Amino acid sequence: MIQALFQEKLHVLNIGLSSFADSITRAGGSVLQIEWAPPAQGQQEVGRALARLVNLLSVETANQTAFDAYQSAQPVLNGVGTASQVLPNIAERMILHSGPPIAWKDMCGPMKGAIVGAILYEGWTENLARAEAMASSGEIAFEPCHHHNAVGPMAGIISPSMPVWMVTNTTNGYQAFSNFNEGLGKALRFGANGPDVITRLKWMGQVLAPALRASVELLGGIDLKPMMAQALHMGDEVHNRNAAASSLFLKRLISALLKTRTSAADIAGVVEFIAGNDHFFLNLSMAACKAMTDAAHGVLGSSIVTAMARNGVEFGIRVSGTGSRWFTAPAPVVDGLFFPGYSAADAAPDLGDSAITETAGVGGFAMAASPAIVKFVGGTPQDAIDNTMAMTHITVGRNNAFTLPALNFAGSPAGIDIRKVVDTSIQPIINTGIAHREAGIGQIGAGITRAPLACFTQAVSALAHSIGSSQ
Amino acid sequence: MARATKIIRNFYRDSVSLMQLSSTITKLPGVEQASAIMASPNNVTLLVEAGLLAEPVEAGANDLLIALQGNADALESALAAAESALKQPFPSSTGNEQSRGMSSRSIEMGLGNLVGANLVLISTPGEYAAAEAFKALGLGLNVMLFSDNVELKDEIELKRFAQERDLIVMGPDCGTAIINGIPLAFANVVRRGVIGVVAASGTGLQQVTCLIDRWGSGISQAIGTGGHDLHRDVGGISMLQGLKALAADPSTSVIVLISKPPSPEVASKVLEAASGAGKPVVVNFLGADPDRVRRENIYPAATLEDAAAAAVALANGRIPEARRASVTSPSITPLAPQQRYIRGLYSGGTFCYEASLLLKKELGQINSNTPVEPEDRLSDVWTSRKHTVIDLGDDLFTRGRPHPMIDHRLRNERLIKEASDPEVAVILLDVVLGYGSHPDPAAEMVPVIQKARDLASKAGRHLAIVGFVCGTAADPQNLSKQETAFREVGVTLAESNAQAVRMAASVVQKPDVVGGRL
Repeated sequence: MIQALFQEKLHVLNIGLSSFADSITRAGGSVLQIEWAPPAQGQQEVGRALARLVNLLSVETANQTAFDAYQSAQPVLNGVGTASQVLPNIAERMILHSGPPIAWKDMCGPMKGAIVGAILYEGWTENLARAEAMASSGEIAFEPCHHHNAVGPMAGIISPSMPVWMVTNTTNGYQAFSNFNEGLGKALRFGANGPDVITRLKWMGQVLAPALRASVELLGGIDLKPMMAQALHMGDEVHNRNAAASSLFLKRLISALLKTRTSAADIAGVVEFIAGNDHFFLNLSMAACKAMTDAAHGVLGSSIVTAMARNGVEFGIRVSGTGSRWFTAPAPVVDGLFFPGYSAADAAPDLGDSAITETAGVGGFAMAASPAIVKFVGGTPQDAIDNTMAMTHITVGRNNAFTLPALNFAGSPAGIDIRKVVDTSIQPIINTGIAHREAGIGQIGAGITRAPLACFTQAVSALAHSIGSSQ
Repeated sequence: MARATKIIRNFYRDSVSLMQLSSTITKLPGVEQASAIMASPNNVTLLVEAGLLAEPVEAGANDLLIALQGNADALESALAAAESALKQPFPSSTGNEQSRGMSSRSIEMGLGNLVGANLVLISTPGEYAAAEAFKALGLGLNVMLFSDNVELKDEIELKRFAQERDLIVMGPDCGTAIINGIPLAFANVVRRGVIGVVAASGTGLQQVTCLIDRWGSGISQAIGTGGHDLHRDVGGISMLQGLKALAADPSTSVIVLISKPPSPEVASKVLEAASGAGKPVVVNFLGADPDRVRRENIYPAATLEDAAAAAVALANGRIPEARRASVTSPSITPLAPQQRYIRGLYSGGTFCYEASLLLKKELGQINSNTPVEPEDRLSDVWTSRKHTVIDLGDDLFTRGRPHPMIDHRLRNERLIKEASDPEVAVILLDVVLGYGSHPDPAAEMVPVIQKARDLASKAGRHLAIVGFVCGTAADPQNLSKQETAFREVGVTLAESNAQAVRMAASVVQKPDVVGGRL
């Protein structure tokens, strides 16, 4: 009842003229000034659609369902397969890439280079120029990894005969996939396609994959969530810092690896390869995150983001309640530190499926766990905490499996809510590597970027429309 | 003369803060003209028209634009000063805020940072206001919607949405309210007491609450509804809710309702509810026939002053008496023969309307920009004709400029213009105090009033200036301090608008009278 207000102490939220808040304070009242700016980048129609979605029961209920499914997901590494045999709907002459869909002619340099490398790796031709001609001729299909339950960092290239991690969410039985991490420097995911790159990929398929497959089988699978949680307590955020997680993984793997029928020389090669790559775990982290966010996908009316991915030209998001549709905006340039000899002018726009980690509540969202990561942007450990705290304002809940020591073991903020992003204009934060804009040069830095608001405003319109038309 | 501009992308500040900043920059040495605004297409057009921009700039409603004109060598430092003023930390209140490091960017975030939040006060530009109100209601919060330019269909939808949730929407275009003793937006600091008010008029509410305070009673709650609430299509939803809440409120023993005359069907709904409120209800439907308002339990009042007087009488356990329209006329020397007309320069819309109503009865046609009868509309609002009363708070005058209760420049200019007109006998003014209004109206107006009087006397005329101050002793501006300052410069002050209007009328009706009772 309205007269109930007369019995309470008045507490006012003030939006607009801040002098009104000052007056209330001077009169002894309780008031909080909202730091307001027109939501939805000033697009009034979207702002109005958003207003109707705020605290709407059907959306709240859908989000609870989606969040519970995300939270209860148990991603387990239970196999190593070959893309053509295990990925759903992959065709014979198809190459998967990161981010939302994109045509060959529109792709960025690193992605084009990586595709050429994949064609050479598959042996569809041995000639570089011929490989480029094949790619542009339309005889090879290009589709996003996300359309095949998969994710890949940077260019995210997965071709039919590549080995892939197979991660199963044992709660719902659904699978997610990722390719293997090649290490730093000249690598396919940065668009490098020279003989050394192809040779390493062949070794990964012929030696590394069988050894890992046999080890994983012997172990009966590896629970990834506890490993990620432990890594968060060891200074990783399992996106751009995987030093602890990679070590934990190797520690877990090694006794089984020794029990496989892998030759001593190959075991040495495998151990050397994993131990020499602090990012080895990244692709496992990504597949685990994909399994968790996919569990939240497809809940009618839910405003939770289930994928954020970039193809080096566009940044795209998918939302639980709006199905397979991508909402895209130009990919931003990353703010970060560059390796000696490189600058922002050399950088490709934001690239890769690895923002699936932030979508799942780790990466930039768990930055408080990883103070070392903020040095990429000249920040302090306090900045890392502030960044994680900022994300609590645009998420549905906390992931109780991913606790953050610096925040007194509070859960990491998770379940990005498009309504909250558009209402507050707080953009999801992403820790990421920076690729050179030209193919094959590799990683030239790392830093922090933010998901473009335009993706979220489009998604709000679409969600409002879908809810309006279903009622 | 050189120009300089600066665009700060995605940096929002409210219009009043920006006007304050504009005025600060304008005062810097070497700066001729300055404006800091959000770069909406309308605002950019305004700056081009004002000559501050040579051509439209590439910027949007979330980008802040600073435009300067002045000496070339002064502009750079002025821009830097403006920018550094803007980069000061965003003003945030003390209150009960439990800071979590990040200021609240949305109502939902605010709910997390202000425990027990129960009302949202919205004063964003009108085109965004309805959306914010919907969010507040969706989150279970009552709304005071100060913003204007909210479409009627949105108002109807908002009020129905609120009604379903047992929440109230005060507004849109609700200038004032007092809830639980806390003055909101343009409100006065009044004593607490047993009289509850529901008003569809902001200045009407201020007048009634201030007079109740002046006459020793107090206010339990003063609820604004916005001016369109009693429109046929809105149906008086907020007034009916307010009335019901006050009827159920044990701290309220007398209720006052204020509005322009509602549509007949809304009037009968409201009056029926008022009649059944179980408490005496004083009704002032400005200009309505008292016999049509009268019901069991309802006390019609012809003016805002009468409404306040009736409420105070009832609060003191007395039956309200019909007030005698007796006034003291200002003490003046005889007017020149051609001095025949009243010019009312109002900052309060309801005061202007009430003046039109009262003067019309006495003097016939009253020209206005907001006339009682459509045929009395001024063709040129910038030029008065015969008896004229002007509402300077009308949108026509406030485009790109603060309200005359905050910024006295426009009224001061008009005052000089009227004083120079040999046909003018009386200038009629309102002065509104309280939170939100100018911190010292007398300081702004007194020198100009002095100048106006000098101008007239140099031309051999005596100019009568009649007015009233709507405020209380506890207002930040202090009622008696303001009244003293106006009296010292020869303004004849009444207690209320109605009294001031009658005084003004008495001057032109009996120009030979020198003091005394009418």
